[in-house]
Amino acid sequence: MGEARPSPDPTRASLAAQAVGQFSMFVEITIYVEGVLPSVAVCSYGSTLRYKTIERIKPIGKHSLLGASGEISDFQEILRYLDELILYDNMWDDGNSLGPKELHNYLTRVMYNRRNKFNPLWNSLVLGGVKNGQKYLGMVSMIGVSFEENHVATGFGNHLARPILRDEWNENLSFEDAVKLLEKCMRVLLYRDRSPVNKLQIVKITEEGTTNFPPYSLKTFWGFESYENPTVGEEGLW
Amino acid sequence: MSKEMVDLPPKGGFSFDLCRRNDMLAKKGAKPPSFRKTGTTIVGLIFQDGVILGADTRATEGPIVCDKNCEKIHYMAPNIYCCGAGTAADTEAVTDMVSSQLQLHRYHTGRESRVVTALTLLKRHLFNYQGHVQAALVLGGVDFTGPHLHTIYPHGSTDTLPFATMGSGSLAAMSVFESKFREGLTRDEGIQLVAEAICSGIFNDLGSGSNVDICVITKGHKEYLRNHLLPNPRTYVSEKGYPFPKKTEVLLTKITPLKQKVEIIEAGDAMEE
Repeated sequence: MGEARPSPDPTRASLAAQAVGQFSMFVEITIYVEGVLPSVAVCSYGSTLRYKTIERIKPIGKHSLLGASGEISDFQEILRYLDELILYDNMWDDGNSLGPKELHNYLTRVMYNRRNKFNPLWNSLVLGGVKNGQKYLGMVSMIGVSFEENHVATGFGNHLARPILRDEWNENLSFEDAVKLLEKCMRVLLYRDRSPVNKLQIVKITEEGTTNFPPYSLKTFWGFESYENPTVGEEGLW
Repeated sequence: MSKEMVDLPPKGGFSFDLCRRNDMLAKKGAKPPSFRKTGTTIVGLIFQDGVILGADTRATEGPIVCDKNCEKIHYMAPNIYCCGAGTAADTEAVTDMVSSQLQLHRYHTGRESRVVTALTLLKRHLFNYQGHVQAALVLGGVDFTGPHLHTIYPHGSTDTLPFATMGSGSLAAMSVFESKFREGLTRDEGIQLVAEAICSGIFNDLGSGSNVDICVITKGHKEYLRNHLLPNPRTYVSEKGYPFPKKTEVLLTKITPLKQKVEIIEAGDAMEE
């Protein structure tokens, strides 16, 4: 991110995404009972990997998880909006609570409105959750494009991970299978995108609640024979 | 303009004389003609006996598919094939040119062409034109030193890799390769993996589509499987058929012999020269 031009107009300050968040390639799957989100735990500043222990998935209310890629400060702003929303909802104290569908709608409106004022929140958001047995997974982009799907990805994940997910997702994945599938996708992203670090954070949400798993690294394989001596037979080739 | 500038013969390479005029026209709103690009998925991988190249078959002209079943795997030498992505004219011309240069070289040396020869010829040509010849190629072949697979970028840089993808669908195909490739694949596994990668490009990228072409090159033998997979058949054909007759109907037959044309030669003087 970081191709934005600096702009002197303070109302359009968000177009100058200078203090940059990070292109996440994090990917999400909704599966049988649970929803799973992995994300890469790094926040970069331009091309420097500045903060390597950032959590980019947060639980919202009782039923949902929100993950974001893009500008981290805008993500924190969105979390503040959602905090307020959840607080007001709790104060009604009527036994009902905001589920993922409602939050998704709210976020779509917020993002679209900001885009209409030419002051977008520079994020791609992924929202997932389970309420009353119903699983939900949706995405909202910076310009307000929103949709619901069984598997979503942001940033480079759209190009590298979604083909794999389209082929290999099915409705009856167990948790371990889902994590394996996501790890497969994250490995490809690790190989082929220049921004991530090998530090993965998985969060699971079920009817009972959220489970945070500690961050871990993926095993990568660099031992191809052809990498050992690529110019064998053709010395001097570059 | 002085007379000398007009009389000089044109040197090789591109002439950028009309660039200013084109800029001016573009500013006034005249759109330049669009190129026929092969927004593409091309892949190659090395398996235990040789090289397998794969390509989709869609050629696009902006948003329109102009050729549903074009050939993107070009012949370079009996043991070397090259897939091309980018501007169709550029890939065809460059591969044709290098193919004929290789043929001449074979006559000259009396030996089978090496893949590095093709690579160097292509690389030098493309670098010379500084990226304006927009051909991104995946070159593969088997010569006496073994199987080789190279990618060549439009600016002239090259990579030597065990598996490679290029084109607009390269990311989708690369995701399949990165998750499923291993060394020492057999021929059938290799073909299956290449077909899967191309299908991933076909179904997940808008610039690629239609069918899958595969070329298997081993030592002394090559197999060009044109339209190996046809995953996009025409699915709806009307069951009722079409009610009009397939030939034009004959309403009336009447034969009128042609009148003979009689020429009158005047017994006059011969024409003056």
